[in-house]
Amino acid sequence: MPIGAVIEFTNITKRFGNVTAVDDLSFSVEPGRVTGFLGPNGAGKTTTLRMLLGLVGPSSGTATFGGLRYHDLPHPLATVGAALEAASFHPGRTARNHLAIYATAAGLPRTRVAEVLHLVGLADHGSRRVGGYSLGMRQRLGLACTLLGNPGVLVLDEPINGLDPEGIKWIRGFLRDMAAEGRTVLVSSHLLGEVQQSVDDVIIIAQGRLVHRGPLSSLEMQVAPQVVVDSPDRAALANALTRAGVDFSQGRTGLLATAADPARIGHIAFTAGVEVSALHRQKKGLEDAFLALVDGGDSR
Amino acid sequence: MLLRAIRAEFAKLLTTRIWWVLAVVLFGYIAVLSGGLAALFAGIESGAIDPRAAGTGPPGTPPLGSLPPLVYSFASSVGYVFPVLLGALATTGEFRHQTLTPTFLANPRRVQVLGAKTITLFLAGGAFGAVALLASVGVGALVINAFGVDTLLGGGATWALIGRTLAAMALWASIGVGLGVLVPSQVASIVIVLAFTQFVEPLLRFASMFTSATAGIGKFLPGAASDALVGASIFTVAGPVGGVAAALDWWQGGLVLLGYAAAATIGGYFVSWRRDVT
Ligand SMILES: Nc1ncnc2c1ncn2[C@@H]1O[C@H](COP(=O)(O)OP(=O)(O)OP(=O)(O)O)[C@@H](O)[C@H]1O
Ligand SMILES: [Mg+2]
Repeated sequence: MPIGAVIEFTNITKRFGNVTAVDDLSFSVEPGRVTGFLGPNGAGKTTTLRMLLGLVGPSSGTATFGGLRYHDLPHPLATVGAALEAASFHPGRTARNHLAIYATAAGLPRTRVAEVLHLVGLADHGSRRVGGYSLGMRQRLGLACTLLGNPGVLVLDEPINGLDPEGIKWIRGFLRDMAAEGRTVLVSSHLLGEVQQSVDDVIIIAQGRLVHRGPLSSLEMQVAPQVVVDSPDRAALANALTRAGVDFSQGRTGLLATAADPARIGHIAFTAGVEVSALHRQKKGLEDAFLALVDGGDSR
Repeated sequence: MLLRAIRAEFAKLLTTRIWWVLAVVLFGYIAVLSGGLAALFAGIESGAIDPRAAGTGPPGTPPLGSLPPLVYSFASSVGYVFPVLLGALATTGEFRHQTLTPTFLANPRRVQVLGAKTITLFLAGGAFGAVALLASVGVGALVINAFGVDTLLGGGATWALIGRTLAAMALWASIGVGLGVLVPSQVASIVIVLAFTQFVEPLLRFASMFTSATAGIGKFLPGAASDALVGASIFTVAGPVGGVAAALDWWQGGLVLLGYAAAATIGGYFVSWRRDVT
């Protein structure tokens, strides 16, 4: 059974011209667990994963598998299986030929091609040109490619995109099985809900910076209770809160008052003569915690 | 390791349709051209007209002289655009379909991958040379023979021409690989290949023949170098009247082509191949 290596990012940074896509990220990913790599669109997830795989050169810092950079791995495909979001297929080639090419390039036995096609449920479609594949079938082919070398580390960028409910269920089970076998599984998503049921740990980034890392359960404790309050005249409400010395921030649906009690906020508005259109305690779901963290990243 | 990379590159080339589509068109094009011109010229020649009037030998043409080598050389003098396209498509396709990602994941040694691609396309270009020769020599000799003119197929000079045609076509495919990394946009690459080979270069070559100074430069143009390597071409006999015919030695022509291939490939490595794959 392949044993997963520890993935280690050390102060990794990537600048594209003026844009700092990834900003001094450091974290590690352990074998035997599924790690969710989360962040909103443009947070730098794909760029980080591409740096890990040697496809993008970091501006500074390193990313390694058990201490070795991708380029230095003696058998890359037998160590790391990666599926990146972009559909990287020649549409005129059959799935079988596509897989055979990379098996040949990596020195893997041709027999693996039929095996991995079977594993991802594409056994009956192997001789079709990939150009005619649906999005979900392409995702599965991408996964088949990652499994060619039976690697101990899996790096998957948004693998759930485009899968039907059955496919989603299948991949969740698949991720859990892979981790249970001792592999390192790093899976990115811009939606926590998508991976919530299968991840053990989460790494959350926003604007290229690490905003949270830890077990999934640590997310719940992350955010202090908040009160959402809104008014047709938000500026007046903000003034009233400021005068009363309440800490708050601009949220999506109103003002977010930290460490406050709804009754007190209501009282402040009432005495200031500001009409209130919404007043409730923030639900402390995981998704909210995620959004709050990511929002925090935005406002920096 | 390199062998594995080469086998993978061959598998890439042979698992899409483009290679045989180009090969079929190459064969048909050269067969029609060689057969047609062989019939025209052999008709004149067998009609006992002065060979100079038939336009087969202004001073300065290689010693092969007369009709058959001219017809046989269509394989490269006209057909060379096909291996260039094959090479350029093989490279630009990797950018266009984002297959550089799985390619570099399977083999992160990018220099090795590019080397393997160059070697693979060099061999495939040679195979295209064989296809083109099958058309130009096969069909051409048949027609020449039908008019009772000597096909020169018994002569060593003809076989030297055939061998050097294979080398020229192989080098052209490598130039295509180089162009593909230098200009990774597939559309731009194809436009450059077609515009340069069908229009710009023939014009430059023709124009350069008017003075000896420009002729000395014009002979280094890739098409001129290729014709020098092969040893005969319709272009060397179709220059302006009273023009200066300058040509490199065959081996110099080969080295110049090799130089173009190496310069484009090494330049392209820095321009695109070693860049971020995003
Ligand atoms: N090749 C590039 N040139 C310039 N900027 C780039 C390039 N690639 C990415 N970026 C920028 O880097 C930032 C991070 O992009 P990245 O694709 O890594 O985000 P992401 O987290 O994967 O987003 P998504 O959830 O949309 O996939 C974005 O601002 C993007 O515009
Ligand atoms: Mg992404």
